[in-house]
Amino acid sequence: MITDEPAIWTQGLRKSYPGRGAALDGIDLAVPAGTVHGLLGPNGAGKTTTVRILATLAGFDAGQAWVAGRNVARDRAGVRARIGVAGQYAAVDGVLSGRQNLEMFARLHRMRAKAARQRADELLERFDLVEAAGRPVRGYSGGMRRRLDLAVSLIRSPRVLFLDEPTTGLDPRSRIEVWDAVRELASSGTTVLLTTQYLEEADRLCSRITMVDRGRVVAEGSPEELKASVGGRDLDEAFLLITEGA
Amino acid sequence: MTTVTDASTVHGSRITWAIVDTWVVARRHLLHLVRRPDELLGTLMIPVMAVAMFGFVFGEAFGVAMDVPGAEYREFLLPGLFALTMAFGIGNTTISVAEDVRGGVLDRMRSLPMSPVAVLAGRALADMILAVVELGILLALGTLFGWQAHLGLGGVVAALGLLVLLRLAFSWVGILLGLLVSGPEAAMKYFALVFPLAMVADTIVPTDLMPGWLSIPAAWNPLSSTVIATRELFGNGVVPATTWVGEHAMTMAVAWPVAIIAVCLPLAMVRLRRLGR
Repeated sequence: MITDEPAIWTQGLRKSYPGRGAALDGIDLAVPAGTVHGLLGPNGAGKTTTVRILATLAGFDAGQAWVAGRNVARDRAGVRARIGVAGQYAAVDGVLSGRQNLEMFARLHRMRAKAARQRADELLERFDLVEAAGRPVRGYSGGMRRRLDLAVSLIRSPRVLFLDEPTTGLDPRSRIEVWDAVRELASSGTTVLLTTQYLEEADRLCSRITMVDRGRVVAEGSPEELKASVGGRDLDEAFLLITEGA
Repeated sequence: MTTVTDASTVHGSRITWAIVDTWVVARRHLLHLVRRPDELLGTLMIPVMAVAMFGFVFGEAFGVAMDVPGAEYREFLLPGLFALTMAFGIGNTTISVAEDVRGGVLDRMRSLPMSPVAVLAGRALADMILAVVELGILLALGTLFGWQAHLGLGGVVAALGLLVLLRLAFSWVGILLGLLVSGPEAAMKYFALVFPLAMVADTIVPTDLMPGWLSIPAAWNPLSSTVIATRELFGNGVVPATTWVGEHAMTMAVAWPVAIIAVCLPLAMVRLRRLGR
């Protein structure tokens, strides 16, 4: 395995929607393997569009995109076998129980029935969902649902995990639980790309941050570098100064 | 390269995978019905109500109009209701697919290394299984009310085959519509459109009792071909055909569903690929 090769790499990624103009206007990303990378920006900045493209859920008009060594435009199946997606868009089934969700998605990952059951047990244990395993998901709290969502995205131990606003709408305690899970994943070598509107979240979790606004990259660096670039203030102010200057 | 293939993974050809994935997705829809029995009951109520309403409330009057006793009308009616029930399933399919688009389950499946056609075909397979259950209830109810098949088991099996094939075709119509509508609410709003499909056909009233301008679309309605063909297979008093399409009902009862699937399935796959872009 070539460890120098970035787990996620894009150059000049462009996409426009008919009648709505450019959603992405040339996004460059390089995310080293095994790191947590933040895509930070206001609503409509292009964060979700970027993640959807990289997760093969949407196409793009121009540029290049590689995920886990696979060309996103040419080898969708190859990308899909190596990624996990969780967050705003890719969801779980509300009618089925937590266990049934995990077993179904494990089966769709081509695991045999017995292996799927075992994997479901492991993940229920790991995400503290054993007690709720038999109950329908629509009765879960927001935090439990998000943990299940994360568990589903980890069924096949993906090399690259996309988390689209993983803690939006969660109470502080659930948020910290999700953060702990993300840190644990990163320490086990998974590359994580997460989008967030919360600067605190990016500051705490990410080794590097790409700030995007109106489909463009406006700044890139470690949280410390971004703070230093505007005179050592906190990330909130850095973000405001950078996006206003752009 | 870890985890992409290992001993716990099912190996097989593309087609084997498509079949396994389709079954896993179909199982999900069937589990929904088990977990929400009220919904299953709601679905099964349509055929029961149809037999009660059309068989008895309208039946006697229609019998008078057709100059036959009510019992004979019900003999004519039941095959019509079988096909009508298949058509009413479109609403259920459309709403279910629209909910999966809205809720994000479809996106989750699209991000998996599973067979893309199975994402949708699972719904179609679940619909076919549900159709068999519905038809079983209708057959039992019909028998209870004096309806019977006169040409033996072979005819019954062939007729049920045609009806399930029709349901499969309508399932793909519903899947395509579910991918096109803006959400489940829209699917519910347009549900009334299924009435002309189900009734401007040789289902409840013979087409020769309809105004002339209506009898032509009614004769060409795919439901009519299936109804006429199944009446023939059940031996339930066929009204002599006056149109080309009526004379070729048996052929058309296969050709229509096959043509509908041949159009809707590829369009649904194109739409699935383009979702959200």
